[in-house]
Amino acid sequence: MSAAQGIAGTLHAERAPASKRIIVGYGFWIFLLSDIVMFSAFFATYAVLSGETAGGPSGKDLFRLHITAISTACLLLSSFTCGVASIGARARNNAMYYGAMVATAVLGGSFLVLEVREFAGMVAQGAGPTRSAFLSAFFTLVGCHGLHVSLGMLWLLTMMAQVFAKGYRADILRRVLCFSLFWHTLDIIWVAIFTVVYLMGAAR
Amino acid sequence: MSDIDRTLHDSDIAPGDERADSRAIVVGLYGYLVGLGLAALLTAVSFFIAGTTLVWQPSIPIALFVLAVAQMGVHLVFFLHITTGPDNVNNVLALAFGVLIVLLLIVGSLWIMYHLNHNMMPMDRIMQMQR
Repeated sequence: MSAAQGIAGTLHAERAPASKRIIVGYGFWIFLLSDIVMFSAFFATYAVLSGETAGGPSGKDLFRLHITAISTACLLLSSFTCGVASIGARARNNAMYYGAMVATAVLGGSFLVLEVREFAGMVAQGAGPTRSAFLSAFFTLVGCHGLHVSLGMLWLLTMMAQVFAKGYRADILRRVLCFSLFWHTLDIIWVAIFTVVYLMGAAR
Repeated sequence: MSDIDRTLHDSDIAPGDERADSRAIVVGLYGYLVGLGLAALLTAVSFFIAGTTLVWQPSIPIALFVLAVAQMGVHLVFFLHITTGPDNVNNVLALAFGVLIVLLLIVGSLWIMYHLNHNMMPMDRIMQMQR
């Protein structure tokens, strides 16, 4: 019997094509990795330029760590609610899916509001992206992440509308899967940002 | 033969393609809760260590780096479900390649730029030569 299972296992590995859900997830994962490679170029730029303040303010003067802590909590919780939404979609549970998606949108929106206020405050005190190489690199890196979160918010609302209009169809569920992968990846990039930019910058 | 065929057929339904029942919901929620707890713990330790004077100061950047890598691992496993399962080999290999490129890019840039800075003539000397 165990020999038969062994043969079956071999046959499965050689013959059975992977499900469409796994292939779509793999393709989207490749895209996400290319996005991470793009971010790594911005990280390298920031790491090289982080000391070049040209006599202007440094991270230690500009960063408010309690604000960063709140936005980090928002994004981490939104990653959790996004996971809950993906379970709700798989279970075809309307309350769970829509509730968790709305919570994700609220938390992601709070993150964006905090970030825009931080940027506006820095520009208002003369620390805009044109002030020094350090600030150019800072606004490029953190702003690019913020842009991704904004696009993710649009995608989030689109997925709520699509499930509402078309129901839990297999292709819609694959899009929800891709969206949740995208949102979780943004949180991974934020981990790198709050460590390298904010915590190390404030300690410098 | 029919036994093998049935095994093939059953294993063709990938986990997640069938509608999740209440047990799958509980298991899934538990996974995300564990991930959230671990990630929140690592984040809290990062913020605590960055502001504390309790530990030896030169060790702080290294501790922050280790904590960040650990938290990325937690996110990958509990949120993105990049695991060592048989249907995940492609994802893990792609991740390994991505990490290689990221390391080459960041370490390479820092290495080259450090040496350029090191070998460059100080700016005031260049100014003097141009007079």
